[in-house]
Amino acid sequence: MSDLPDGVERRTFDGTDRLATRGDPVYGEPTDGEWRAWNPNRSKLGAMLELGMDTGLEGGETVLYLGAASGTTVSHVADFAGPTYAVEFAARPARDLLEAADSRPRLFPLLKDARKPATYAHVVESDVDVVIQDVATRGQARVALENAQFLADDGRLLLAVKARSEDVTREPSAIFDEVRDELADGYEILETRRLDDYHTDHLGIVARPR
Amino acid sequence: MTDSTPADDGWFAGADSDEPETAATAVRDGTADEPRDWPALAVESGFADDRDDYYDALRAATTAATAAAVTEREGADDRQLVHAVRAMDDCTRTANELAERLAEWAGTVDPDAGTGVDYARELAARDEPPAGQKPLVSLAERVVSLAEEADDLREYVERQTPTVAPNLAALAGPVLAARLLSLAGGLEELAKKPSGTVQVLGAEDALFAHLRGHAPSPKHGIIYTHDAVRGTHPDERGSAARALAGKLAIAARVDHYSGERKPELDAELEDRIETIQARTDDGGDGDE
Repeated sequence: MSDLPDGVERRTFDGTDRLATRGDPVYGEPTDGEWRAWNPNRSKLGAMLELGMDTGLEGGETVLYLGAASGTTVSHVADFAGPTYAVEFAARPARDLLEAADSRPRLFPLLKDARKPATYAHVVESDVDVVIQDVATRGQARVALENAQFLADDGRLLLAVKARSEDVTREPSAIFDEVRDELADGYEILETRRLDDYHTDHLGIVARPR
Repeated sequence: MTDSTPADDGWFAGADSDEPETAATAVRDGTADEPRDWPALAVESGFADDRDDYYDALRAATTAATAAAVTEREGADDRQLVHAVRAMDDCTRTANELAERLAEWAGTVDPDAGTGVDYARELAARDEPPAGQKPLVSLAERVVSLAEEADDLREYVERQTPTVAPNLAALAGPVLAARLLSLAGGLEELAKKPSGTVQVLGAEDALFAHLRGHAPSPKHGIIYTHDAVRGTHPDERGSAARALAGKLAIAARVDHYSGERKPELDAELEDRIETIQARTDDGGDGDE
């Protein structure tokens, strides 16, 4: 089991050991003092950490987060990381994202389409340490490849692939193989793991740019 | 790009850290071919004193930009859509009624008179109507402008529905989606209806006749206009309507409670309808 990043700890909430970060609660999660529980059932990155994947996260990184939705996961990321760019395409969840950003001075919400990096390349800095991607759209590998331009040479891509977004009718494992193949055009895959314990038909991928 | 400085592409170019409005607009509308070390460039160009100062300004600009964009996108609300689709139907109905009246009148003076809105268009386009037919042509002009108004409203509905209810619009088509919103009274109301109710929205007369006990239950309401129902063999239309209503109910809930587009819903519906239609295509040995 790999080390948790600084700022993420296992703490006891109501008698159970859970991942936690320090920050204002966002989605009604249990709190203990300034710590709040990180629910791996609602967060793919939370599941990747819970399953012991080697994310390479240490704490304090500059992060580009694609598919921030209502800010459930990205709020935890902003709790332990440095400057965090949160890209979300839909207006309704972005409203919740703004609320999560309220108490987090280094969380930058952006209402942009992750498939069009040119629309935010004038805002997001180059050489970020980590790109985290959780977008429910077809062509998830392509999104990761197009956003590789933001990543530092020794940076990490943390990707949650949702099989049902690519094609509901096909076997998830076949879809995952395809995504892995396509991803190999720009990334070296370091680790993959099914997240089914927490998220049905999702694959967690850790990769670094080629 | 070589003769300008790299900082010119950044969101902060031309903005002053004291002018949050300009900066927010630049965040919303700007583009760049590639990312750069914006924090360093901003400090270099004098926009910010140091990295912390830069990030403070960035935070203010991105928050303002996102808040404005969210308000604007959400301002296209379901109530507006409900009014628009009702007005569209009123215009269409009234245009047709007046066109009928016109045809009846025109038949008395012109043995070759046609019918419908098309005939009204033809009549309205006549340059010099014979004396005595002026009122007729004037009425035709009213019919035509009502029909045009209906077309404009349809365009508005087609443009706005995907913003208000992206999943519902994708599954049902924008106009049917807007009609469902109108029948339910709004997106929240539709999101709270069980799929069985969505299935018979628009068939209230038939439903109440059934509840009073002297009619079979209606298989479908307004969703009959959807290809998934109309394109299915009559024996299987009940199944198709049930499947479609189920997905539409889910789409409305996703649109109301989350607002995120879920393309997998489209595929699930397509898949389900194909299965149902296949029962009759290959001789009806229908199990699933």
